[in-house]
Amino acid sequence: MAVPLLYAVLSGFKSTDELSRNPVGLPESWVTSNYTQILGSGDFWRLIGNSTLIAVGTTVLIVAVSALSAFSFARFAFRGREALFTLFTMGLMFPFAVAALPLFLLLRSLDLLDNPLGVILPQAAFGLPMTIIILRGFFRQIPGELEEAATLDGCTPFGFFWRVLLPMARPALGTVSVLAVVTSWNNFFLPLLVFTDAQWWTLPIGVQQFQGQYSAEYAKVFAYLVLAMVPALAFYSVAERQLVGGLTAGATKG
Amino acid sequence: MTSTFLPDKRAGRGAGAPPPAADRRPPGRTRRRALHWLTAAGFQLPALVLFMGLVLLPMLFALYAAFFRWGGFGMPSDYIGGENFTRLLQDDVFLGDLWRCLVLVVLSLALQLPFALAMAVLLNQRMRGRAVYRMLFFAPYVLSEAITGILFGMIFAPDDGFADQVLGKVGLEGLGGEWFADPSTVMATVFLVMTWKYFGFHMMLYLAGLQAVPRELTEAALIDGASAWQRFRNVTLPLLAPTLRISVFLAVIGSIQLFDLVWVTTAGGPDHHSETMAVTMFQYGFKRYQVGYASAISVVMFGISLVFALAYQRFVLRRDLEGATTTMRGDGK
Repeated sequence: MAVPLLYAVLSGFKSTDELSRNPVGLPESWVTSNYTQILGSGDFWRLIGNSTLIAVGTTVLIVAVSALSAFSFARFAFRGREALFTLFTMGLMFPFAVAALPLFLLLRSLDLLDNPLGVILPQAAFGLPMTIIILRGFFRQIPGELEEAATLDGCTPFGFFWRVLLPMARPALGTVSVLAVVTSWNNFFLPLLVFTDAQWWTLPIGVQQFQGQYSAEYAKVFAYLVLAMVPALAFYSVAERQLVGGLTAGATKG
Repeated sequence: MTSTFLPDKRAGRGAGAPPPAADRRPPGRTRRRALHWLTAAGFQLPALVLFMGLVLLPMLFALYAAFFRWGGFGMPSDYIGGENFTRLLQDDVFLGDLWRCLVLVVLSLALQLPFALAMAVLLNQRMRGRAVYRMLFFAPYVLSEAITGILFGMIFAPDDGFADQVLGKVGLEGLGGEWFADPSTVMATVFLVMTWKYFGFHMMLYLAGLQAVPRELTEAALIDGASAWQRFRNVTLPLLAPTLRISVFLAVIGSIQLFDLVWVTTAGGPDHHSETMAVTMFQYGFKRYQVGYASAISVVMFGISLVFALAYQRFVLRRDLEGATTTMRGDGK
């Protein structure tokens, strides 16, 4: 399992020459220039910055919008609730690829190509079903007595949502946020469609372009790949519990 | 539990009983009911706008555009009825996509998931370094398909790639090959990479499911003299069934939609031998500007996903999902 990753890390420390002579072993002399060159270039950091901006934007939007909707699903009885909820759950099985083409045309007509919003908005829209389902489950577990108490104290529904429910649901919000960040960070298809201007490329797109550009210089590409993996793996090691919790909750409940 | 903001909440409390009939309501409640509805709707509005505008609307538009010969500029005007669809049925690449999709589904279900289950059962034992293994196996899932694909594209590069060189070193040159570049091995290679990336995810699902299996049951079976296999087969497996059904569902949907991994490794080549529906759609829609035809591919892809999802939900998942689409009483597990 770890072999491909280790191989990539070690290869990044070799020169391309050495890589073909000595693919498996430790580097004869540890060449750090592959890594330092990439870290020293502004391009790499811009990719990270773009990916971060888009991930944060998507996450804030998904969580805010889904929390409102999940609150309404979990705590109100209204005509059409079940039908609406079914519509959202059906959204889970809409393959993104199906909507890609018209979505692209829509974004083009809204002038959102080469604009981070062109990625953030659709990502948020496609992330809604899963997030709403997970949050609704959590919101339902918060006892109704609290709501009564808050209402008696003169709390409006929104006041209750904002001042009581959201603070209490912090672990759940953390879980869905981690899910949203990872999904956004790894998205390839949508940024590929939306960003033609290299200024906006995200990490997966940047890696693909880099590989195309330096296809003969294996060691360099390996170093680049390794560096591109670091943020995701670092984030994972910090947020592992929440990520796994979210996936299993989402999968068994959705 | 639910709906405490309902004006008649007292009557409605308990097991979430339906509110009393409207005509028994004293006057004045109608207005409060309307207000209540408005509040609930207000909370739904942002989600609805986003979902309708960027998910449903594009889907419906794809359905519409599939009936036109259309290059993607202006509005579609050249109506050709079902011609795009009949063309699909004669398109060898598309028929190949369907075949390859089926192959991926079958391979996933027959190899990837049992492997993940075996690993999960193994890691569910008390053993040293269990947490490390879990993290290790799951880590590939966190990497994007694009990055994974490029990494393996280089590992499986013909001749000087890692895979070939290792095989050469241990004296198995004959086994090395063109991997992604050879029509006869490309799908197997794609599947190998898919497995590397996704089996940890399924393993995690199973581990979560296994944690929910009460120890008392397996212990009771042990006391009754059941062998390890019998305990697994007759106690664990049935209790794990809901998790298995979900993971099968996700694996199938994932195979239908596969794009990133193929796009960065082979872009569908050599000579379409690893093309998936999504890749074909992308080729026609964004490279060859046959947007109407590409939309037809989208529609078929959606149709397949939908028919599968509905059938699966109707016949397989019904018991597990009872909550998800109606009231979600209990916790769906």
